[in-house]
Amino acid sequence: MARSLKKGPYVHQKLQRKVDTLNLTDKKRVIKTWSRASMITPDFVGHTFAVHNGRQFIPVYVTENMVGHRLGEFSPTRNYRGHSGKKKDRRGR
Amino acid sequence: MPRIAGVDVPARKRGEVALTAIYGIGRSRAREILARMDLDVDTRPEDWTDDQTRKIRRLIEDHYLVEGQLRTETQLNIKRLMDIGCYRGLRHRRNLPVRGQRTQTNARTRKGRKKTVAGKKKAPRK
Repeated sequence: MARSLKKGPYVHQKLQRKVDTLNLTDKKRVIKTWSRASMITPDFVGHTFAVHNGRQFIPVYVTENMVGHRLGEFSPTRNYRGHSGKKKDRRGR
Repeated sequence: MPRIAGVDVPARKRGEVALTAIYGIGRSRAREILARMDLDVDTRPEDWTDDQTRKIRRLIEDHYLVEGQLRTETQLNIKRLMDIGCYRGLRHRRNLPVRGQRTQTNARTRKGRKKTVAGKKKAPRK
């Protein structure tokens, strides 16, 4: 079920504060975050986030198309390399 | 067979069903359209007057996204997911189920026919 509109999109407060300071100072810096559930809002566009996937931080450069998705969607938590002995079929990421 | 939105609509089926031959129109939209035309859901396309057919054609063209255009839009949505590299996009790229279904078994619609792997042990029976 979708989240109530009344509440607005979920963004971790501290993360939002960091984005706001970056927007105010016009600086570009990578923001490290564990908050995978935070929704990408329009003011995130153009920033790079290092999103934790449980092991590492995956750099995510936010573009306009990503608005409305959540940060975690861009930082895969599983890394499937294929079964042993299987030759072809190695595309995607 | 009247042509609507580039598709031949079967003339001998009930109107409600006949319109579903158009991609993007299912039962509820078919009913909606016929209701707006003040036609009964049971009237068949062969019984529509030319004028009614024409009006239905217009109505569909103006108010609904159907056939090619609808397919294009769907494809574009999928392409967007793939381009931004989000989880759903990755699943599309690999032709795996997108909405979190299990893949250890089943998921054959996305994965296609079974590819048997030699030497794979069967799960032990309880």
